[in-house]
Amino acid sequence: MLAVIFSAKIVRLLQAFVLDVLLQRKILKESVLRWAMHMLIFWGFILLLFMHALGRIVTDALFSNYEPTLNPYFFLRDLFGLMVLAGVVVAVIRRFFLKIPRLMTSSMDKYAIGILAVIILSGFLLSGVKITSKTEFSDMAEEYAGWLSQEELRALESYWVSDQGLVSSDVTRPFAADVLDQGKQAHESYCAYCHAPAKSAFASYSTGKILSPAAGAMDRAGFVGILWYIHFLSCFIGLAYLPFSKMLHIFSTPITIMANAVMDEKKSKPENVATRQIIELDACTHCCTCSLYCSAMMGYEARQNTYILPSEKIAPLKALAAGRDLNEAETRAIVEGIYLCTNCDRCTVVCPSGINLRQLWLNARERLLQQGPAEPLVLSQLSFVRGLNRKKTPADIYPLPLEKADNAVSAKYRPLLDPDRSIDLTPPAGGQQPTSGFENTFSYCFGCQNCSTVCPVVGNYEDPQEQLGLLPHQIMCSLGLGLTETAMGAKMIWDCLTCYQCQEHCPQNVNVTDILYELKYMAVAGVDEGRQNHDQAGGLR
Amino acid sequence: MMRYSFFIGCQIPSRVPQYETAARAVLKNFGVELADIRQFNCCGYPMRNVDKKAFLLSSVKNLALSENQGLDMLVLCNCCFGALKNAEHIMAEKGPLQDEVLGKIREMGLNYQGKTRIRHYLSVLYHDTGIAAIKKQVHKTYKELNIAVQYGCHALRPSSVTQFDDPVAPSLFDELVAATGAKSVDWTNKLECCGAPLMGTNDALSADLFSRKREAAIKAEADFFCTSCPYCQIQFDTVQQMLVEDSAGQKALPSILFPQLLGLSMNIDPQTLGLGANKLDISKIESYLSKDKE
Repeated sequence: MLAVIFSAKIVRLLQAFVLDVLLQRKILKESVLRWAMHMLIFWGFILLLFMHALGRIVTDALFSNYEPTLNPYFFLRDLFGLMVLAGVVVAVIRRFFLKIPRLMTSSMDKYAIGILAVIILSGFLLSGVKITSKTEFSDMAEEYAGWLSQEELRALESYWVSDQGLVSSDVTRPFAADVLDQGKQAHESYCAYCHAPAKSAFASYSTGKILSPAAGAMDRAGFVGILWYIHFLSCFIGLAYLPFSKMLHIFSTPITIMANAVMDEKKSKPENVATRQIIELDACTHCCTCSLYCSAMMGYEARQNTYILPSEKIAPLKALAAGRDLNEAETRAIVEGIYLCTNCDRCTVVCPSGINLRQLWLNARERLLQQGPAEPLVLSQLSFVRGLNRKKTPADIYPLPLEKADNAVSAKYRPLLDPDRSIDLTPPAGGQQPTSGFENTFSYCFGCQNCSTVCPVVGNYEDPQEQLGLLPHQIMCSLGLGLTETAMGAKMIWDCLTCYQCQEHCPQNVNVTDILYELKYMAVAGVDEGRQNHDQAGGLR
Repeated sequence: MMRYSFFIGCQIPSRVPQYETAARAVLKNFGVELADIRQFNCCGYPMRNVDKKAFLLSSVKNLALSENQGLDMLVLCNCCFGALKNAEHIMAEKGPLQDEVLGKIREMGLNYQGKTRIRHYLSVLYHDTGIAAIKKQVHKTYKELNIAVQYGCHALRPSSVTQFDDPVAPSLFDELVAATGAKSVDWTNKLECCGAPLMGTNDALSADLFSRKREAAIKAEADFFCTSCPYCQIQFDTVQQMLVEDSAGQKALPSILFPQLLGLSMNIDPQTLGLGANKLDISKIESYLSKDKE
């Protein structure tokens, strides 16, 4: 830490603090509306916190003439409150009316918006009711102007009703000009030195005006006290629950942004990286920017597993990091979710909280793959990056997820490949032949073996049939005989490079590669069906 | 002025960023304007093995985004190119899956009619810019430089779908390399797969396929591989480096991306071309360059 402060890195640290923490430029880059929303809430709330909630401690120490009821503080309190309220309104519009695709709203988001709204609205209501309250007026008059005569007090009250928003049934309009004059003089002598005109708290004053028809009843029912409790309790609830809510990002996000500005993954100690990652889980504000730009988002649209979206992975990862167990369905969903990722790093680039999501996925992925259920996706080209990083996984456990997936997808078809097995050639009722979207071009095959001859995978082995189960031409032949399941068990379909040599060189225009794709889809669908049956049979908790 | 939507996919921004910067720098010199569409997502290629719907949805959404801006698409990656082309081909037929995909695309406020032309980077250079115009911009030529070009499967095949070049005797890439003065050598395995599609699922087989290619290229006395696809490039660069580290005494044959090769001869500075970003050192390439043409 000290080494950072006394080095050139301090510049980067300060830059990150000003541009990314205080000015939130990453949010600005995404959307002006979102940036305006967050700036209004962030600055409005921070300023309210220091000037209003901690006024006696912070503002008093900075400005010698501080008095909350004096301007500019009286005016600013309302301005800051209104800023937060405007931000909250934008947040509600964005979350509930704009229908932004993949902007998911969780209970935590609703809580965050709700608690802010309650704090601010109760604040405005409290000060609005206070302005209209006869009881409040009487208490103030007694304390600061108790020595005035009855007549002078009535004049003061008339002036307050006429000019300061007070509602009182003890004085009645219209007021004579000399009475108001007398009241104004009393006001200037005894009140004005520490009470700015109520109108300068413009929002509270307007609230009071709106409430004035009911002000008398509210005053008698003790609304000032009730609202005071609501305002204070909501503040304290917000504070007490802060560590467990997404509001924790007030602390964790700046730490993450600044740590990532100066931390070098390769040089940092692993324990420091781990600490940062745990903080990062709390730095997520669930703003969903990552999911808006996720490259794999159409995978989510196709499979409807929300854990495919990066923003939605954080919650289950947090649960796992806290040592909680997920149930079977959730585990399966998070394993698929974390693997259906193209490793394009876009989530990390756009995250306004500066979370190194890429690293988070990489670290969680291997553990989940090893411990979780078989995941057929590991048999796809999504595994490319896992292959590139294979040295990070111990060599003895690296192949396990692949073996697990292969087993889940192909095990039941493998015995069909036994060369000593007798083959039943009676056509199955209803047909076992692949149908949906399947090009039936395999029936053109006349067995010239060109496909197997040009296949670089076949050519790579001395004993290709032993390695691959069936060669491409044998697969076409099997399909012609209606032995689709036998073909689905061939390792060849998973070792296919999809280089299209076979298809290109087929004199009969058999779409060999495309047919291998279809066989893969059918083999994977078998896993999903098996799981559904298992789930229906009560396999799920 | 030619204008395209620029499709860089997932591997380039995260693992081969120099391909993008070099390609942009070269295209700028030929007056090709590129539009970046931030809503582009994965082309669907990596999901194609296990989920046809996810593959099609991914591809078609990108095509629809480009189509809705009235732009043809310029693609840097062979696998993206192949996936997009195959998706276009599949969507040209009617079927329940196609209907479902179109329905989802419409829900997103997009419209897909298959109007966008999908173009590979090399095709744009070869057909739109033309060899003559390229030669004009080549200020320094390479002398006695042997290049083993890697066409890459998903651009070449299936040729009826990709319509990239003659699938058995392609010449487009060779001619582009020859325009820089370098010699495109004949080598066996030239049209074979780099092995990348099996990286992560069958590493041993993937490595075997690559090793055969390297042996063939070295036998043909190539000084460098030259690629036009991030997957081929990662296989020839990052993976080769891993393989060389693992087996002592093996000689690496470094790989240069085509826009890096062309860019140097066009006097674009090596920094912009990201020569230093390659894992295997390719700085030696500059020693083959002649002096500026008069």
